[in-house]
Amino acid sequence: MEIVMSVVVGILFMSATYLMLSKSLLRIIVGTAILSHGAHLLILTMGGLKKGAAPLLGENGPYTDPLPQALILTAIVIAFGVTAFFLVLAYRAYQELGTDNMDKLRGTEGND
Amino acid sequence: MINFLILPILIPLITGVLLIFAAKHVMLQRWVAGLSAVLSVIVSVLLVQKVKNDGIQTLNLSNWDAPFGITLVSDMVSALLVLTTSVIGLACVIYSFRGIDEDREKFYYYSAVNFLLVGVNGAFTTGDIFNLFVFFEVMLMSSYVLIVIGGTKIQLRESIKYLLVNVISSALFVIAVAYLYSVVGTLNMAHISARISEISEMGQPGIITVIAVLFLIVFGLKGAIFPLFFWLPGSYYAPPAPVLALFGALLTKVGVYSIARTYTLFFYQDGGFTQQLLTILAVATIILGVIGAIAYWDIKKIVIYNIIIAVGVILFGISAMTQDSLTGAIFYLIHDMNIKASLFMLVGIVAAITGTSNLRKISGLIKRYPGLGWTFFIAALSLSGIPPLSGFVGKLLIIKGGFESEHYWGAGIVLMSSLFVLFSIMKIFINGFWGTPRAYEGADKIPVKSMMIAPVILVAIAVLYGVGSEFVYPYISQAAETLANPSIYIEAVLKEY
Repeated sequence: MEIVMSVVVGILFMSATYLMLSKSLLRIIVGTAILSHGAHLLILTMGGLKKGAAPLLGENGPYTDPLPQALILTAIVIAFGVTAFFLVLAYRAYQELGTDNMDKLRGTEGND
Repeated sequence: MINFLILPILIPLITGVLLIFAAKHVMLQRWVAGLSAVLSVIVSVLLVQKVKNDGIQTLNLSNWDAPFGITLVSDMVSALLVLTTSVIGLACVIYSFRGIDEDREKFYYYSAVNFLLVGVNGAFTTGDIFNLFVFFEVMLMSSYVLIVIGGTKIQLRESIKYLLVNVISSALFVIAVAYLYSVVGTLNMAHISARISEISEMGQPGIITVIAVLFLIVFGLKGAIFPLFFWLPGSYYAPPAPVLALFGALLTKVGVYSIARTYTLFFYQDGGFTQQLLTILAVATIILGVIGAIAYWDIKKIVIYNIIIAVGVILFGISAMTQDSLTGAIFYLIHDMNIKASLFMLVGIVAAITGTSNLRKISGLIKRYPGLGWTFFIAALSLSGIPPLSGFVGKLLIIKGGFESEHYWGAGIVLMSSLFVLFSIMKIFINGFWGTPRAYEGADKIPVKSMMIAPVILVAIAVLYGVGSEFVYPYISQAAETLANPSIYIEAVLKEY
């Protein structure tokens, strides 16, 4: 099972990298979202995917490892916060700068 | 008091939360932010004394025993860095009273600054690798707000890039933690270290080396080392001067601290590959920073590339791994945080007076602003490491350590780099402050005297730190000792080991 998940995570990383190297800002943001999905799935996989009950004391053990789940929950809300900020930033930048093409977001200040 | 070491995190946190409610009352915000910054400095001085007298302080949050809960650890390295952070936080808050416009202040500026300090102090104090990630995010989120606050075109453009780079490096951090967890099965830093040394009794297995390099990539992206520095010059060019001072002094140094911590605590067994990689990257970072620093005719850019040089010098000290070079690295780290903050503030004042940061359009400032000129001169000498001032001792020890561990080339390049640092910063002094005075529009409206308070304090600290290095030395050598002997750290956290 871990091998299948590793391949899936690899595909997610691959698509994320491809999207983040594109020109359009929205594609880049989609890429970051996919990257964080990949990272979260990777934590779950690396914690081990052995069969077990949900980590609730009411269930009958043995349980799955609760630690990676707590880590993912933390990482998910952080990624949510950052993605929300990033989307609003992209919106503001589109309003102010009038483009979402990363090639046109170059600067020359400070280069004489 | 047992909860003492959490106070440098708690004070700015509470202040940041309270300031949200007083967003429109600028004077109230300034008072609260200023007083809490003073309080933080007092607390961190007491913390340093406490660590000096009683050894490493640990705090198991919620009373869970060491590997199972989150442990906060304040050894001398952390305590000194927390103290430096608090001092710089105070100086930046004072500088912001005059250095930043009221619209920005009304828009939760001081809250963001305080949350940034929470993140930085937390990252220095934590003893848990995932908690380190969380504090990194606290710090980065506030830095996103601070870099974009005001919403000018250049800020929007550069913060997109800054955000993207940091989102990627955060994802890599999560990945690195996941790999490490699957190998060692724990997140507590002391416990990780103990487990890794159990695993690598017979020499470090390949996977640990891979994870070490992955951590180097993650922290190198935060700390702007050689192939991963590319985002820094553009992003740091965008924000206003007080924010820039805060960034230049604190953010990259958290990355450097994390490299120091992980490479001395986790990955010290296999001295060969990872250390050699670190040495090469450090030297490349210095060379690259030097090229940037002498290439530009823009005062901000020159100081920005000097950050990169300093990161390289500190990393070189860490990579040599002798007692001397580690002492030097910590000496230099503290000096550099302090002096970069003051230089960015001074550069901010110059830019405010002249309305430009192009060095070709600035000249003759010393006629009208002698105080500014001479403060800048002392800061410049201190940056390049002229003996009585603060940059000297650190660099001396780093070079000594480099020679001891037979990295002659690297040590030579560190020496040469000082020359170029001096050249780049004196270029600002000679071209900007000497020469025929020019008239600048609106220069009379700039409250130069009250803006000078914070940088003068920091430069005074730099002078005292250099002159009184005899007094500071015992603290710093204690810090280097915990870095050089991870067993001290492990024993302090995991009592039974």
